[in-house]
Amino acid sequence: MTETYGAEFLARWLTAAAEDVDREADRLTDLDSAIGDADHGANLKRGFAAVAETLAKEPPGTPGAVLTTAGRQLISTVGGASGPLYGTLLRSAGKALGDEERVGRERLAEAFGAGVEAVARLGGAQVGDKTMLDALVPAAEALRESFAAARAAAEEGALATVPLRARKGRASYLGERSVGHRDPGATSSALLFAALADTAAEEGEEG
Amino acid sequence: MRMLINVPETVVADALRGMAAAHPELTVDVERRVVVRRDAPVAGKVALVSGGGSGHEPLHAGFVGPGMLAAACPGEIFTSPVPDQMVRAAAAVDSGAGVLFVVKNYTGDVLNFEMAAELAEDEGIQVARVLVDDDVAVTDSLYTAGRRGTGATLFVEKIAGAAAEEGAPLERVESVARRVNERSRSFGVALSACTTPAKGGPTFDLPDGELELGVGIHGEPGRERRAMMTSREIADFAVDAVLEDLRPSGPVLALVNGMGATPLLELYGFHAEVQRVLTERGVPVARTLVGNHVTSLDMAGCSVTLCEADEELLRLWDAPVRTPALRWGM
Repeated sequence: MTETYGAEFLARWLTAAAEDVDREADRLTDLDSAIGDADHGANLKRGFAAVAETLAKEPPGTPGAVLTTAGRQLISTVGGASGPLYGTLLRSAGKALGDEERVGRERLAEAFGAGVEAVARLGGAQVGDKTMLDALVPAAEALRESFAAARAAAEEGALATVPLRARKGRASYLGERSVGHRDPGATSSALLFAALADTAAEEGEEG
Repeated sequence: MRMLINVPETVVADALRGMAAAHPELTVDVERRVVVRRDAPVAGKVALVSGGGSGHEPLHAGFVGPGMLAAACPGEIFTSPVPDQMVRAAAAVDSGAGVLFVVKNYTGDVLNFEMAAELAEDEGIQVARVLVDDDVAVTDSLYTAGRRGTGATLFVEKIAGAAAEEGAPLERVESVARRVNERSRSFGVALSACTTPAKGGPTFDLPDGELELGVGIHGEPGRERRAMMTSREIADFAVDAVLEDLRPSGPVLALVNGMGATPLLELYGFHAEVQRVLTERGVPVARTLVGNHVTSLDMAGCSVTLCEADEELLRLWDAPVRTPALRWGM
């Protein structure tokens, strides 16, 4: 018997993510001021707050619609690089889900896989460049196994950015000086997958 | 924190309200964050649209007006604007002759303008893009996001803006813009870090008595840190860094730019040193602009931008311009 998830599950996830991003905004900004320009926390906070508001006001009917609506909202409110990148992640994942009413975890994993590919295409980055992809790629992969595995893989991927030298985005200007710092984008990606695992745990399914 | 603000969240909107009050010749949409010259769209003429994070004033909104930008989209502090702003700006200024997006080379700006160009084209607006990447402090390689866009943005906006004002078609305005960028190089120096309102403190740690050579306009680090240098030594270093990459065969346009917190008194003194080095290196200077034009909030420091000029570029540089921050000939 396989658990399936509807629009309200994904809306609950993104609302929880908004709360987590709000709580962790200062930490994200601190990470970003070490190797970027100190705006990652404030930008994501503004974007996810707008997502939560939009989803509450006009709840979309399908999982796919929740993700595409959230993605569009992020593109319209965040700015910087993270707006188009996170927006593309959710929009592409949403499009991959089509208009299915309920989807299983493996279907979600597939959709996130498509979203992650779209992010890689847009940003021209790959795993090891010290970007959000270092958390997103292993997380989408591990989601085939379980929500908890995805959370762990994202966190592990974010942690693994510490010794890396940045090759994309603003941290790349630092060259060797980017080594020894945790990537803020990979950290916020890990937050999203942690919120997803929490939401699934509340739903009562697996771990 | 010593800032002349109300709360960090409204800094950009407050500034736009003030700009609207000071400049009735501009249409300022504070809510949607678009600044447009009041007489837009101008029949038959190509329109230049630029934008980027706030904190670099007068760039970009201060350069909106006849002879330069048709519209600007200010983002949050140091954060690229969103595609909605750019599409709105493009729709407001397009006369049917097309729109040129002037984009500084930062990942965020590039991605948002790319999305905006697609959306604007869906609305039937012809869009061309030019990327500004003049900062020689960053090695342009596979291992970085490429050279940053800094002071040359002013040259591109002024010169391509003049071409548009003359009635040149979109491909021509685009090629002029590209030529200006290809012939321009910059190098910046920070004497202090800048403070973003959201953070309330310096965005990077620069101990007293040290400077950052090759700093970016968001306080991104450059090539190296050194113990404090004199204006003369900084001019030698900065101009040589630019000339190593540019090697002009003729006269140059020179922008000696303040980062925001360096007094004009110091900046003119620095300019004298820049002129000295250029004379020593045998590089004639055709035109000069000194002032705070492409800034980094309250950072102390300066940058030098040189553009290898030719007759056409000089003519377009001299053409009339009327914007809040740059104004001559009209």
